[in-house]
Amino acid sequence: MIWVNQIVQGILLGGYYAVLASGLSLMFGVMRIINLAHGDLAVLGAFLVFLFSKHGLSPWLALVIVLPVMGVAGWVLQRGLLERSLRAGPLTPLLATFGLLIVIENLLFEKFGPDERSLFPYIGKLGYDSWTITSQVIVGKIYVLILVVAVCLLGGLQLFLAWTPLGRALRATAEDPDTAELVGVDSRRVYALAAAIAVATAALAGAFLAMRSSFNPYSGSQQLIFAFEAVVIGGIGSLWGTLTGGIVLGVAQNIGAQLNPQWFLLAGHLVFLAVLALRLLLASLGGNWGLRTILGRA
Amino acid sequence: MTLLSVEELDARHGFLRAVRGVSFEVAAGETLAIVGANGAGKSTLLRAIAGAHKPAGGRIVFDGHDITALSAHHRVREGIALVPEGRRLFTGMTLEENLLVARRRARPGPWDVEAVLDAFPLLAARRKSRAGNLSGGEQQATAIGRALMTNPRLLLLDEVSLGLAPVAVDGVYRALRGLIETGATLVLVEQDLNRALEVATRVACMLEGEIVLEGPAAEMTREQVVEAYFGLGRPEGETAVPA
Repeated sequence: MIWVNQIVQGILLGGYYAVLASGLSLMFGVMRIINLAHGDLAVLGAFLVFLFSKHGLSPWLALVIVLPVMGVAGWVLQRGLLERSLRAGPLTPLLATFGLLIVIENLLFEKFGPDERSLFPYIGKLGYDSWTITSQVIVGKIYVLILVVAVCLLGGLQLFLAWTPLGRALRATAEDPDTAELVGVDSRRVYALAAAIAVATAALAGAFLAMRSSFNPYSGSQQLIFAFEAVVIGGIGSLWGTLTGGIVLGVAQNIGAQLNPQWFLLAGHLVFLAVLALRLLLASLGGNWGLRTILGRA
Repeated sequence: MTLLSVEELDARHGFLRAVRGVSFEVAAGETLAIVGANGAGKSTLLRAIAGAHKPAGGRIVFDGHDITALSAHHRVREGIALVPEGRRLFTGMTLEENLLVARRRARPGPWDVEAVLDAFPLLAARRKSRAGNLSGGEQQATAIGRALMTNPRLLLLDEVSLGLAPVAVDGVYRALRGLIETGATLVLVEQDLNRALEVATRVACMLEGEIVLEGPAAEMTREQVVEAYFGLGRPEGETAVPA
């Protein structure tokens, strides 16, 4: 039964990874940008929610303010930085977002210092309340909530992309931006919208990180690795693949931790490497070495 | 009434001057066929008019407004639509979604999904099919339908017969003739001389980036066009060179 518990906990943890990774996947799927600052944008969102909560506002109400603010920040980031760097070739956005990562981490360190923080004290009983399924399988309410939010978020994004005119414009731009322009789609605006959604979801993930655990100004890099692993395992650019990837990563980490507490991270990395190796093998067999093939876009 | 005026247009691909000081006008309701051999600059000219290729010089005036600096999506809203060479459909989307993408910022007008399906009956049964799974003829009809969804005042068509089976080309040209009868304004780039001369009211022949022959289709003999097409009347050694 203890293994069942680890799998259940892994699935729940996968919900968090899915929220974290969805924005990274969206930005790569639409703009072909691997945003190295994604984890730090999540942590920035966590700090903003923390600031409001510290001044007496409920973290949930704080999210109502922070998510739109981070969405606008994503829009500005795309129009002000990423759009310009995209013109200089595919490597430049990578360097630009790496630079942004360093700037965000150091600004947060400058402002907040190295202390660990958490939203745990601000969410009341939700932080430690749980449902007992069996004597050995106990699920935390906050983890269930995060998984439900992940499913709703991905489902909402899926519906948005499939059924709304703006969603179709986004998919068209992701597939062929030049032709999308020729049918009246303003691709710059669409890119900015995708960046806004991605950064807002990163901030949401950051808030969840802060509710279920602790964070500091340098937590972003670790979150980026988790997000990247979930995205690659599930297939970059595929929304439901992101959830699958998150769950596979979460389950692997929990099973690894059950075998040996120090293997939590190692087990996740090994599964990620195994999936990547398999993709490389398939790419070599198919003769297609495109980044999208290797990263497994669905 | 002049709808489109292209003045001394230059367009480059790197160091190569693909279009060299081209000027012409298109009146409303007219069908201009631009013919020429491979590499004559026809597609580059069309893409420059649509805003997909930035010109190196010259002016493009549409309905009295200088649109040279406008982006492609703004030109769509002005009423210019391009059916690009190779169709360039969004292959991950369904046929219907390809049409609907163009509807989002479309000008007001008669074209909607049902109107396109009426104009191209072969598409009706495939509306939920992925565009990547359509036949060449169906893809071309979808590409034309997608451009029509923007309710254009000027429709630019780039090599619509390229790579299609003769029966599919017949279908596409039948639909184009239907469009022309409604008074649509078309600029058609075509390598197939016979097809172009069938539907055009005016013909312009390009050779090495320049228009070397232009006039009403009815007043032009096939021999004149063929001569211009291959540059047979040109003095020896007078060829375009990279500049």
